[in-house]
Amino acid sequence: MPARPLSPHLSVYRFAYTMSLSILHRATGIALSAGLLMLVCWLMAAAAGPETHASVTSALSHGPFQVVLAAWLVSFVYHLGAGIRHICWDFGYGFEKHQARASARWLVVLVALVATGLLYLFFCPTGVRP
Amino acid sequence: MRGADAKSGLRRGSARNGVHHWLALHRVSSFALLPLSAWFACSLLALRGFDYAAVVAWLSSPWQAVLACLFVATSAWHSKMGIQVVIEDYVHGHGTKLLAMYVSQFVHVLVAMGGLFAVLKIAFGAH
Repeated sequence: MPARPLSPHLSVYRFAYTMSLSILHRATGIALSAGLLMLVCWLMAAAAGPETHASVTSALSHGPFQVVLAAWLVSFVYHLGAGIRHICWDFGYGFEKHQARASARWLVVLVALVATGLLYLFFCPTGVRP
Repeated sequence: MRGADAKSGLRRGSARNGVHHWLALHRVSSFALLPLSAWFACSLLALRGFDYAAVVAWLSSPWQAVLACLFVATSAWHSKMGIQVVIEDYVHGHGTKLLAMYVSQFVHVLVAMGGLFAVLKIAFGAH
């Protein structure tokens, strides 16, 4: 163990809802790492040729995988939105408690709107289905 | 080089400039990923279904291939940095932590190389 302090000593803090957003940023980041692995597998399948690509794409068109793809899409939108919030903090903006709470609300609303829109665009008109 | 510092640094990580340097690189990748990931999402939307011909047509365009390579490489880098922080925070015990770090690094290098190779193969193979 490094002797320096490490970040998440969650149990010592009184719970605030902004904390769940921070935890969610991490969780979606981990999910997106797995998503990147899947994306590269898909690209590799395309590079291997039409048959491999078709088999991977048809596997992805099944119900459980569609749910996972949808979850990755929502994770992507959330992680991007929360990431912008983190970048603002890095530059010293929005640190006050009322600002952080306001940006948390904006984040949830905007992510919900954008994610719903993208879910519709990706899954409804033509669908991710091949 | 101060011997005592170098020795104590072996197991404890850097408490000085190194950490900030690495954190800065994580931030740089997050900046780069703002436009890159927006472009990537738009590209996938424009594919209209993920059929083979559409993917090949997409990546056969030189600039699209370059952006795809940048997206894969930057994502792998960003992911590697993020997973590293998660391992530092949640994996306890020196040996397990080190092992987790190595596995993560190897997987990320594999992901980056795989993604780059796939994009380039499609880009160069398409005529």
